[in-house]
This record gives sequence, structure tokens and C-alpha cells, in this order.
Amino acid sequence: MAILSAHRLTCLRGARLVFEDLSFTLDAGGALLLTGPNGSGKSSLLRLLAGLLEPFDGHLEIDGAPVASDRDGQRARIAYIGHADPVKSTLTVRETLSFWADLAGLRDRRRLDAALGALDLSVLADARGAILSSGQRRRLSLARLLVSDANIWLLDEPTVGLDTVSVRAVEAMVADHRRNGGSVVLSTHIEFTLPGGQSLDLGDYAPGAVGRVPA
Amino acid sequence: MMGFRAVLLRDLRLAIRQSADLALVLGFFVIAASLFPFGVGPSPDTLARIAPGVIWVLALLSVMLSLDRLFQQDLADGSLEQMALSPTPLSLVVLAKCLAHWLTTGLPLIAIAPVIGILLNLPAEGYAVLLAGLALGTPSLSLIGAVGAALSLGARRAGLLIALLVLPLYIPILIFGVTAVDAVLTSVQPTAHFLYLAAILMAAIPLAPLAAAAAVRHGVEG
Repeated sequence: MAILSAHRLTCLRGARLVFEDLSFTLDAGGALLLTGPNGSGKSSLLRLLAGLLEPFDGHLEIDGAPVASDRDGQRARIAYIGHADPVKSTLTVRETLSFWADLAGLRDRRRLDAALGALDLSVLADARGAILSSGQRRRLSLARLLVSDANIWLLDEPTVGLDTVSVRAVEAMVADHRRNGGSVVLSTHIEFTLPGGQSLDLGDYAPGAVGRVPA
Repeated sequence: MMGFRAVLLRDLRLAIRQSADLALVLGFFVIAASLFPFGVGPSPDTLARIAPGVIWVLALLSVMLSLDRLFQQDLADGSLEQMALSPTPLSLVVLAKCLAHWLTTGLPLIAIAPVIGILLNLPAEGYAVLLAGLALGTPSLSLIGAVGAALSLGARRAGLLIALLVLPLYIPILIFGVTAVDAVLTSVQPTAHFLYLAAILMAAIPLAPLAAAAAVRHGVEG
């Protein structure tokens, strides 16, 4: 069944039409890889799916219900990782993750340690944010996914700044999430293994793009 | 409630670990107050007459100076966006941030206000009512300030914009806070003034977080 579906989305930023007439459906366990040149609207689409932007036209459905109908309930279903890493320099890794877990309403504290372990942050648990490298900050951001019960992951270039080993760890995380019935939408510029995932080239939905299949 | 507590504890922890910010605000409060004896002359009578007003105006300005801390850093590092996306209602998040802001700004200002009272020769019978007024008024300053801080998110020169948005809204609190002290000094009961301050606070507690949350949501879009 369709977890997330978009119907003829059009995105307007300022006075510029970023993409138009974009539709897709994502099933439980499904994955959608967003590709396209810079400025084609990958980040805009993810922000739109997260609810940080309103579509100029078209609409979104989560579990078959239009998004506007139960915004607060639907927020618990979605986890969004953007470009910024919300890491405070004076808080330790564990404090940061514990805060996000509380905010997501997580009660099982064992998952906190599991999340730190999964992203190889256990040894840094008591280190302050100020001394983390950019890759470590990124991993801490991604660890947030494992302390929320969201089943739709929206990842905007999750692998930026990560070494090969960490990229493999993120791939494993995503695969695990999908095995448990979760869905993923992600954008990336590097090789990212997403078995059985669909792919969407945002370039095809640029205004006036040639050869677009009418929806 | 779990989210409320989490935001409150986090903001308190951040404020305590970055206590230099707090020290600057308190330093401003004391130094600005110590300018008045130089400006209006050291006559004890003159100072005593202006003391309640000076303390209240400076408390207002000190709170205002610390308002950009409320959302600005969280906007810059993406935390605010994540809070807006969390299942915890955003108005509850804002309320927790206001409470943390008051505990780390309003409360220390109240603690240090008697020192400034002595500096400005405030008559002895004015202290209790001054502090009670501040205790009732400064939470409203944090709450109303949060609306201004949220509205100015993303603006250039946000600090200046916050001042323009917020200071006019602080006027009623200033009036009732100062006249409560004046009332006691002229042997009038200050009950009515306190009731007004309490009414402003009671209106600000539910309304300001709703307004600020709407403004934050607008601020993180785009």
C-alpha cells in the first residue's frame, strides 16, 4: 500500500518555477532516489515532503490521507535530515542525541546506545560537539533517525562528508529500515546502493522540459 | 510533556555552559544603571525618584538584548527546523524556550535588582514591591519578546528589528511595574497594578507561544 504519494506537485521558489507536474508513489519498504543537476529541486522536493515548504500546486498523501488533515500526527511518521547538522558545540554527543530522542517521544533508552553504536559514535559519547569533525557531526545527525519511530525517512545528501566505511554503514541502516517496512526518499551525488529502489530525475520535471511524459 | 521537559533542560544546559552571554546581560544592567548618577547628578532625592523607572527600563532593555539568543542560533544550525518537524507541538517547544529564557535572564535580573536599588538610593519600602513587580512582569517580557524574536528570524540586523517590534509592546508592563512602586512610596495599595501585571502574564502564557510558533514555522520555511 502507498505510504507516501505525490500528485502533480509544482514547486515555486521566489519567482522561479523549480519543477512542475511531479508525481510518484512510495510503498512500504520502498525507496526513491532523487537525482538531477544542482538547482533542479532535489532539496526543495524533500523540504516539501517534510512539510517545510508548501506546494504551489498539487498535493501529498501519507497513508492515503491528505497531509493537511493531521499535521501533528503525521510529523511523527517523518524524519528529515537536511544539510545542516543540528549539533551544539557545548553539548556532548549523548546529550544531543538524547534530546532529539526525547523530542521524538522515544521511551526505550537502550536504542540510544544502539544508535551510537550503529554509527560508530560510542567512543565519542561524552565528547562535546565542538571537537567533532564534520563527518562525525554528520553521523550524529544520522543517528537521530535511529532514535525516532518515523517510518518515512527523507534524506538530503546524507553522505556528504562521510568516508567510505560510514557510507556503507548508512546504506546498511537504510536497508535495515526498509526491511522493517520503512520507506526512504534520498538525494545523493555519489554512488549509493539502493536495491530495488525507484529513481527520479528532477531534471525531467523542469518547467518546459522536453520529452516529459504527461501525468 | 516529554518534549517540553527536554527543550527546557537543553536550553538551561546551553545557557549555563555559555554563561558568558548571561554575564554580559547582567553586566549591561549594572553598568547602564551606574551611568545615571553621572548623568542626572548624585542628588539622593533625584535618584530616589527615578530609581523604579530606571530599574524597570534597564530590565526591559536587558531582556531585549538577550532575545536573539532565543531562536537565532537554533535557526542557524538547523535545530529549529527539526523542532518544527518534531511531533511535539511547536507552541509547547516555544513555551519551554521562554521558560528557560526567563530562568536564565529574568530571574538573575530580579536577583541583582536590589543592588541597583541601593546604587540609586531606592527608599527601603520600595524593594518588596519592586521585586514582586519584576517577578510578575519579567515572564511576560520573555513571552512577548519571543514573538518579536520569532518574527525577526532570518532578517538582517535582527537585533534592531526585535527592539522595534518588542519595545512598544513592553510599555504596559513598564507602566504598571513602575507605578506599583510609586504607589507604595506614596502610601497607596499596589493591588490594582499587580492585578494588571498578572492579567498581562495570564494572557501572554497561552497567546504568545501560539503566535511565536506560527512565526517560527514561517521562519524555517524556505
